[in-house]
Amino acid sequence: MKILVPTPDLTLLGPEILVLVLACGLLFVDLFIPRDRKGVVGVLALIGVVAIGLITAAYWPGLSNPVTTFSGTFVMDRFALMFKEVFLFCAAITILLSLRYLEIEGISLGEYYVLMLFCTLGMMIMVSGADLIVIYLGIETMALSVYVLAGFMRFDKKCNEAALKYFLMGVFVSGILLYGIALIYAATGSTQLSQVAQVIKERGLLNNPLLMLSIFLLAAGFGLEIAMVPFHFWAPDVYEGAPTPITAFISVAPKAAAFAALIRVFYYGIQLLMPHWQLLLWIICAVTMTIGNVTALLQKNFKRMLAYSSIAHAGYILLGVVAANQIGIQGIIFYFFAYAFMNMGAFGLAIYLRRADIVGDQVDDFTGLAQTHPVAAVAMVIFLLSLAGIPPTAGFVGKFLLFAAAIKAGFYWLVVIAALNSVIALFYYFRVAKVMYMQNPEPLPQPVPGRGLALALAVVCVLTLLFGIYPQPLMALAKGTAHTFMMAFIS
Amino acid sequence: MYSNFGSNVFGFPILSLVLFLPLLGAIVILFINKEKTTFIKYFAFGVSLLDLLLCVPLWFAFDRATWHFQFIERFSWIKALGVEYYLGVDGISLLLVLLTSFLSAIAILSSFNYIQEREKEYYIAMLVLETGCLGVFASLDMFLFYVFWEVMLVPMYFLIGVWGYDRKLYAAIKFFLYTLFGSIFMLIAIICMYFLYHHITGEWSFNFVNWVNNMHISPSLQFWLFLAFFLGFAIKVPLFPFHTWLPDAHVEAPTAGSVILAGILLKMGTYGFVRFSLSFFPEASNYFIPFMALLAIIAIIYASLCCLAQEDMKKLVAYSSVAHMGLVILAMFALNPIGIEGSILQMVNHGLSTGALFLIVGIIYERRHTRLIREFGGLSKVVPVFAAFFMITMLSSIGLPGLNGFIGEFTCLVGIFRHYWVYAAFAVLGVVLGAAYMLWLYQRTMFGRITNEKNLHITDMNLREWIYMTPIVLCYIWIGIYPKPFFNIMKVSVHHLVERVNPSYFEQKAQHEAKLRAALLKVKTTKKADVLN
Repeated sequence: MKILVPTPDLTLLGPEILVLVLACGLLFVDLFIPRDRKGVVGVLALIGVVAIGLITAAYWPGLSNPVTTFSGTFVMDRFALMFKEVFLFCAAITILLSLRYLEIEGISLGEYYVLMLFCTLGMMIMVSGADLIVIYLGIETMALSVYVLAGFMRFDKKCNEAALKYFLMGVFVSGILLYGIALIYAATGSTQLSQVAQVIKERGLLNNPLLMLSIFLLAAGFGLEIAMVPFHFWAPDVYEGAPTPITAFISVAPKAAAFAALIRVFYYGIQLLMPHWQLLLWIICAVTMTIGNVTALLQKNFKRMLAYSSIAHAGYILLGVVAANQIGIQGIIFYFFAYAFMNMGAFGLAIYLRRADIVGDQVDDFTGLAQTHPVAAVAMVIFLLSLAGIPPTAGFVGKFLLFAAAIKAGFYWLVVIAALNSVIALFYYFRVAKVMYMQNPEPLPQPVPGRGLALALAVVCVLTLLFGIYPQPLMALAKGTAHTFMMAFIS
Repeated sequence: MYSNFGSNVFGFPILSLVLFLPLLGAIVILFINKEKTTFIKYFAFGVSLLDLLLCVPLWFAFDRATWHFQFIERFSWIKALGVEYYLGVDGISLLLVLLTSFLSAIAILSSFNYIQEREKEYYIAMLVLETGCLGVFASLDMFLFYVFWEVMLVPMYFLIGVWGYDRKLYAAIKFFLYTLFGSIFMLIAIICMYFLYHHITGEWSFNFVNWVNNMHISPSLQFWLFLAFFLGFAIKVPLFPFHTWLPDAHVEAPTAGSVILAGILLKMGTYGFVRFSLSFFPEASNYFIPFMALLAIIAIIYASLCCLAQEDMKKLVAYSSVAHMGLVILAMFALNPIGIEGSILQMVNHGLSTGALFLIVGIIYERRHTRLIREFGGLSKVVPVFAAFFMITMLSSIGLPGLNGFIGEFTCLVGIFRHYWVYAAFAVLGVVLGAAYMLWLYQRTMFGRITNEKNLHITDMNLREWIYMTPIVLCYIWIGIYPKPFFNIMKVSVHHLVERVNPSYFEQKAQHEAKLRAALLKVKTTKKADVLN
């Protein structure tokens, strides 16, 4: 018997291969760079990431239909492409945020950037996985890099605690996810999403108990990185303990990746079980945003506050997932770009405040910033407005789309809960604005931002405003993506 | 694809210019050294004055014979959603645009002395606020409208929070949370209507005019949508029981902030009702008349009684705002042309006279650093000019014939009386109480003997204060003696609105007139017969 092995179309893996090559190349280059100049590795990584981002964008025109390779286990479509751009963007901004921060903390090592690239690679594989095993591999690649990054300040107690907590939680949940995948395999005999869907349809497994259980397990598995309730407990500790640029990174990129994977699995794999998972996600969505926002009210630490706020944002994004319509996907994609801009910006400001002996991660550290650093304060206000979903910022447009999606799908009560939540959210976001503008600064050593940080903040700030005032270009891309993505869902 | 400046006689986008000139000014100030405070002050005032001058041609070029929106500007903005940049004014919004630019210039001029710290940021906030307010009145695209509606909260929040008094932090966030709470429900309703419009016409659009013309909403849905819009607008007006943010915000805000808050921000709520609630939900508007009337009457009487109990002048004026706005709402929901015209004119009047009252409290506060009524007494002997301005403003506020307040209140009452004489009776009670608390305030502060020695050496109004108070007083007299131009400008628009929201009014009126004519004819013929006999 002759086994036919089709030749995989490697061009579709172009972005992944380039990231891998870049990471390995940097690992090699790192050997020749003296200890005190590791920033060079970061700059090289940055140039590489930007270039890969541009190359990835060039795939867009050819993807009016999804293309698969490796016997249909790896898919390249516009949905995956948009998320890959989010990851690459986050990686680039994070590198800019890190350059000086690492020097201050005394952890300027080349491996830092390499690990970030590996993490990006894992996420890129995740969003392109059309097979549960590929998705799992992507998750593990990403997660292992993130655990190390979260504990990168190895002499810092809190940082170690964060990394260990993240690791234990992650390993535990990854087991759950694997079990969920196994159950799906048991019920349908396949791990490939299209075949799973096919089998469910043919055999009418709409109320199969194994699949029911697997919904819970999969939601739990993806829910960890998404930080949705009840798998959110790690987030505040990790966000607080991890190096701030890494916090910025994990608050956006892995969350986006897990969302993309969850959407692909739920929409393409077990789409016929929609009534069940919709109900489950409805409940999780309502609880996640409420717990996130209410707990954030009590936080005094800025990074912890943003951790809870990011839990709440996961809740908002779930609105789009629950809605399961085109405008929902459009909203999720738009929101992740907006979220990348505004959240990275807010964390960037926390890095800005890192100086001599002050960690700069308390809300009170922002006191009087409007008088000492007026430009930084204005930027912060823009990020806060965007996070709170107030125009004219990208966050508002994103939230508008998500609300619209849920209304379109008829989930009125869920939208009312979300609306009440965004009022609560305003209160804690604007506590920061309050201390910045309405209290006088204390005479403390003033922070001096590095050039990379200033550039990163300028970029995200301009983008937050730009896509708030003129969202059309990004919106059109998101709409096109959602259109092609949902065509396959409906058919 | 779109008519750009179709009905614009000027040949250039005048509304956009009016709208964004203050923002442009704010951006320029951003680049001025913050030490140059004098220059910043005059520059900000110059920008707002220029903006006011730009509005003047609008008044003359406005075609009073049509209810169509004028000075239209229309471009595609977010194509993927069908959002347009769509500006235009009719008789109702034009008056409020004029009021906004007028009061903004005055508010900026009034802050020259009062604001002593962080001037640069202050004037930026004022100018951004002006753009936001103008945008609310001039946008005809619901998405654009909502953007301005929210954007405007941000500078106001900072105005209260940074330059306010003791409890400014509390007042600022309370103001922000309250209004956001209401408007987010309005947003949900707007999104619902957006999908409904697509369902009906197959078009994605937020276009106000199209929505009004092509969307017929079932009464049961109107009920819910009306309530959602109601939350947004009622909190802004503010109607009882949503008014509790207002006394706090007013008392803590700096003078100019109070002027804008009372003069313009509150009008957004009433404007929202007259423009959106009435046009979109005619059936629901009729259905909710008793409900709205009840809340308005409670607001009128309750707030008037509160005024009587206040010790702080500013708080008294703040509560009087609640009462006045109650009358505006009551007259509006009489749903007849006279009532609506009265309520719109009363919006303008309230903007002028309550704005001026806040300025007056501000003037006295700058000199004495207190606003407690018991600290004053007999001031008319020390500051006669100030007392005269206070007097005329107070009389305008209580509706003395010959001044603007009378015309507004009288028209409102006539409108209400025509359909609901019981409501009118309560409204009259409010007017009486209004006279009581205002006159009593004036008596306690201005007349009698000077009991407090600190009041002996207060200086009278200076030139700058003369300059900003005089135009307001001239407006009182203009509207009081010759209000016809104001009624003319809104007449057709209001007529069109009533045709939509209360079509039976004109039928009844026609029948009524026919009956009268018949009766008259009968009288005449019988008389003729009598003569012949």
